[in-house]
Amino acid sequence: MAVKSVETLPEATVLFAGDSGDGMQVTGTQFTLATAYAMNDLATLPDFPAEIRAPVGTTYGVSGFQLHFGSIDIRTPGDEVDLLIAMNPAALKVNLDRVRIGGTILVNSNTFEPKNFKLANMKSNPLEDGSLDKYRVIQVEITRLTRETLKDFNLNQKEIDRSKNMFALGLSLWLYSRPVEPARKWIVAKFAKTPDIRDANLELLKKGYHFGETTEQFVTRYEVAPAKQPPGRYRAIMGVQALAMGIVAAANKGGIQILYGSYPITPASDILHSLSQYKNHGIVTIQAEDEIAAIGTAIGASFGGSLGITGTSGPGVALKGEAMGLAHMIELPLVIINVQRGGPSTGLPTKTEQSDLLQALYGRNGDAPIPVIAASTPSDCFIVAYEACRLAVKYMTPVILLSDGYLANGSEPWLIPNPDDLAPFDIQYAEKTNKVVDGENVFWPYLRDETTLARPWARPGTPGLEHRVGGLEKQEGSGNVNYEADNHEYMIKIRAEKIQRIQADIPPIEIYGDPDADLLVIGWGSTRGAIEAAVSRSNLAGKKVAAIHLRFLNPLPADLGKVLSQYSQHLVPELNNGQLVKVLRDQFLLPMVAMNKIQGRPFGPAEIAEKIAEMIG
Amino acid sequence: MSDEKPDSNGRKPTLPPGSPSAGKSPMLPPGAKAGPTLPPGAKAGPTLPPGAKAGPTLPPGAKAAGSKLPPASPKLPPGMSPKSPESTEKLVGGDGSSAATRADFTSDQDVRWCPGCGDYAILATVQRMMPELGVPREKVVFISGIGCSSRFPYYMNTYGMHSIHGRAPTIVTGLKSARPDLDIWMITGDGDSLSIGGNHIIHIMRRNVNVQIIMVNNQIYGLTKGQYSPTSEVGKITKSTPFGSLDHPFNPIALVLGAESSFAARTMDRDPKHMKEMFTRAHDYRGTGFVEVYQNCNIFNDGAFFQFTEKETKSDRTIYFEHGKPLVYAGGSKGLRLDGFNLESIDLENGQFGVSDCLVYDETSRDLAGIMSRVYWKPDFPQPFGVFYQEDRPSYDDMLHKQINAVIERSGKGSLQKLLEGGETWEIE
Repeated sequence: MAVKSVETLPEATVLFAGDSGDGMQVTGTQFTLATAYAMNDLATLPDFPAEIRAPVGTTYGVSGFQLHFGSIDIRTPGDEVDLLIAMNPAALKVNLDRVRIGGTILVNSNTFEPKNFKLANMKSNPLEDGSLDKYRVIQVEITRLTRETLKDFNLNQKEIDRSKNMFALGLSLWLYSRPVEPARKWIVAKFAKTPDIRDANLELLKKGYHFGETTEQFVTRYEVAPAKQPPGRYRAIMGVQALAMGIVAAANKGGIQILYGSYPITPASDILHSLSQYKNHGIVTIQAEDEIAAIGTAIGASFGGSLGITGTSGPGVALKGEAMGLAHMIELPLVIINVQRGGPSTGLPTKTEQSDLLQALYGRNGDAPIPVIAASTPSDCFIVAYEACRLAVKYMTPVILLSDGYLANGSEPWLIPNPDDLAPFDIQYAEKTNKVVDGENVFWPYLRDETTLARPWARPGTPGLEHRVGGLEKQEGSGNVNYEADNHEYMIKIRAEKIQRIQADIPPIEIYGDPDADLLVIGWGSTRGAIEAAVSRSNLAGKKVAAIHLRFLNPLPADLGKVLSQYSQHLVPELNNGQLVKVLRDQFLLPMVAMNKIQGRPFGPAEIAEKIAEMIG
Repeated sequence: MSDEKPDSNGRKPTLPPGSPSAGKSPMLPPGAKAGPTLPPGAKAGPTLPPGAKAGPTLPPGAKAAGSKLPPASPKLPPGMSPKSPESTEKLVGGDGSSAATRADFTSDQDVRWCPGCGDYAILATVQRMMPELGVPREKVVFISGIGCSSRFPYYMNTYGMHSIHGRAPTIVTGLKSARPDLDIWMITGDGDSLSIGGNHIIHIMRRNVNVQIIMVNNQIYGLTKGQYSPTSEVGKITKSTPFGSLDHPFNPIALVLGAESSFAARTMDRDPKHMKEMFTRAHDYRGTGFVEVYQNCNIFNDGAFFQFTEKETKSDRTIYFEHGKPLVYAGGSKGLRLDGFNLESIDLENGQFGVSDCLVYDETSRDLAGIMSRVYWKPDFPQPFGVFYQEDRPSYDDMLHKQINAVIERSGKGSLQKLLEGGETWEIE
C-alpha cells in the first residue's frame, strides 16, 4: 500500500456533477451527512436542471451538488470549487468555471469518448487538448471499475452502471477522511427490500474507499478538523424542512389547527410533501386544483378559526394576488410562502433569485400593504415560518414569507431548538358581543384592539357573533358594507397603520462587522452568509465596513433610518435587478449603491468583498 | 367521525335512494289540473333554445329568447319586499323543538337587488327554510363569489363571506375541511361559477365536499349590466354582442354530472315550494348538493324562463321528475319513454300509450341522469326539474378527517420535540 501524506485544511469546497440520472444529489447528500458527522460546519447548494431526465450526456442534463465545509465558520456554499468530480464531459464543461485555478478535477475517464464530446458539443478531448493544464486532473475509470466490482452480482448492465455514484462517494469520503458509516446505514435502509442492489452499493462504496488508499494516483489525503460550534444536539437541515417544522411549531405552540393549501410548483412543492406527513401534528393539507384555489382553501380555513397557509413560487403568487387582497380586506390571518425562483414568467424554475420582493410589497390592486418577512439561512426558515404564523394571528393580517430556491434546497448543521424557547403564541378568539347598539348587545367584527389595531376573530359556531365579511369596503366597527368617501379613506389608512404597528415586534437592528465603518452593506434574504463572510474578510483586511440584514421588509424596522444615517456609503447586494435598493432610496432618500447578480446562482463572498474594496479602497 | 351517525348538524346519512323522505308527500306534477289544451303561444314553437342555429345577426332591435313569449307580466315574486310583514312570522322548526324563525335568519341590512328580481324569492325561501332544518344559526355559513346573487350572505343573519369572483368553491372547500361541524351553503351565479370559476366548480364536484351549492342561473351578467353569460343562448344580443353572441352555452346540469357530481338538481325561482324541497334535499345529502335555480333577471334578461315558469306554457314545457315515478307531464296527457337510448315524448290520450309505457325515473342511475340532462331547451321536449342524480359516495371532508384520525391512531399525536430531533443527529460537547 502506498504511503499517503495527510494535509489538514481549514475548509474545502467539493462539487459533484453528472447526468440527472447519475445520482449526484444522493451522492452530495450522503457526503454532507458524513461531513456533519465529522462535526464540520457546512453549507450546500444543489443545482439541478428543470428537466427531469434530459437526454444523457448533454450539458442541459447536468445535475450538480456543491458542498462547502470546514473547521471555521462556514457561511456559503463556497466561492470556488477545490474538487470537482465530473462523471462525464458535459458535467466538466458546465462546471469548469467554478473550479479554482490549481484545483483538482476528478473525472470518470471512461465517459471521455467521441460520442460524449459530441453530445456536450465539445470539439476535442479536454483531457488531451491542454484546456485543463491549470488544474490537477485525476482520471479514474469509474465505469470500468464499477462493472468489474459487480461482475459476479446478479444485476443487469443498467443496474450496475447506475450504481457507479457509490464508487465516487466512497472515493470522495476517503479523500477527505470522512466516516463511511452514515452512508452504509443509509444504503442498508434504502435498499432493504432489494438485497442485490443493497449489497452492490455497499460493495462499491467500500471499493471506492479502498481504491483511494491503494491507487498511486492519490499522494495526499485531506483532513478537515471539527468546527468550533456551540455545544448541543445537531442535525443537518434543509430550508424547506425547517420551514415545514416552523409551521408545525406554530400549530403546536398556538394550539391551532393549520390548513396548508398548495398547488405543486418548483421549488415550493417540498413544503407540501413535508407537511402532508404531519397529519398527526394538527396539520391539514390540500393539494388544490390551482394556485387560486390553494389560497382560497387557506382563507376558508382562517375564516373557520384555523390558520390557513399557502405556499408557492413567484408565478403562483401572481395568480394569488386578488385573494391576498381579499385577506387584507377582511383582515383574516393567513401566511403566503413564496419560495422564489428565477423569473419573470416561467423563468428559471430550479435556480435561485430574489426578484419577487417588489411583487410581495406592491403586487395587489388598491392600497393593500401586507407584512413581508424573509428567511436568511436554511435553519432561519424555522424561526421565520413561526414568526409569520404568530404575527398573522396577532395582527389579523396576511403575511408574506419570502424564501428562495437556494434556501429551500440548501442545508446546514442546525442546533436543534427547544420548543420552550420559542416566543409565546397566544390566540384569543372572540367569545362575547363587544358593543351595545340601541340597548342591544351586538358583535362588531371590525372593532379594533387599541394597541395592535387587530380586529376580533370570531369563529363560526360561536352563538351571538354571527357576522359577514367580504371584499366590499366596510364601515369601521360594524363591518357593514359602506361606500362613503370619508369612511373609505379612513379604512385604507387604518389598515395600513395596523401593518405599520408590527414594528413593535421587530427587535433592534444588529450591526455586523466594524463598529466604526464608513460603508454599510444592507442585505435581505439568502444573501446573508455571503455578505457577512465578505464583511469579515474585508475587516480582516483592515477595511471599515459593516453589514445589516433585514428580516422585515414590511414594515421596515423602526430604527432603520437612524442606523442608515450613521454611515456615509451604502451598498445593497441583491440577486435581482435592484429591488430593495429602490425601496430604501424611496423611503430614506439616500444615494444607495446597487450590486446585482441575476444568474440563478447565489453570491459568493469574494465578489461582494471585491465590490467593498472598490467602494472604500 | 363515523359514517353511520348523524353529524352535529343533525344531518342524517344519505338515505338509500328511493326511501321516502320523512314528512314529505310526493308532489304532483305542476299543472296537473290544467286542461290538455295547449296554451297560446306554445304552438308557435318554443323560444330559441340555447345553441340553436339562430344566426348571429338578428334584425336590429330583435330581442333574444324569452321575449318572444306571450306578453309577460311578471308578478312580484314572493318575499320581494324585504320588509314584508311575513318576515316576522313564527315558523316552528322541523323537529318541532326549534323556536327559530325566519326573522332569526334575516340580517339588518337593506336588500339591494332590483325590484322584481328573482333573487328575492330565493332569499325568502332560504330564510323560511332555515328554521325548519333545525341547525343552530351559529353553525350556518353562507359563502358567495361575486355577482348579483353573491350579495346573498349579507342578508342572512348567519356567519358569511362575500368573497371574490368565481372562488367561493375554494373557500368553501377550505372551510369545510377545517371545520366539518359547520353547515355551509355556497351561493353563486352562472357567470361566477361557470365562467370565471369554472375550474373550481368542477373540482368541488369531483371532491364531493359536504356543502350545498345554490347556482342562480339567469343566463346573463347582471352586475356588470347585461353582457351574455356562459349559459346565454347563441345569438344573444347584448351590449357586448350587438350582432349576437357566438359562444355555445354550457348546460350546467350536464357540466356538473360530467365533473362527477354526486347530487344535481334543478328548480326555479317562481316555484318556492319546489325550490324549498330541492334545497332541503341538497342539505340532507351528505356531499356536494348542487341545485341550479332558474332565476328571472327582469332588467337585463326578462322572461328568459317564462315558458317554464308562467301558467300559460309551463305545463307543456316542463316535467317534474321524482324517483320511482313515471315521467308524465302536461297534466298527465303526455309522458316520456325510452326508445333504445333515445327519449321520446308520447301522447297518453290517443290510446296508443299509457302511463305504464312511461319511463320510471331512477335518480340513482347516472345513465338516466345523463339522458335527462341532455333534455335541454329542446323544442319537442319539456325541460326537466327535480333531482337528476344522487349517488352514495363519501364526502371529501369525511374522508379527510378519517385519514387524519387513522394516522393519529397509528402513530399517536405528534410530538414537536421528537419531530425536531428526527433524522440523523449528533452531539457537540
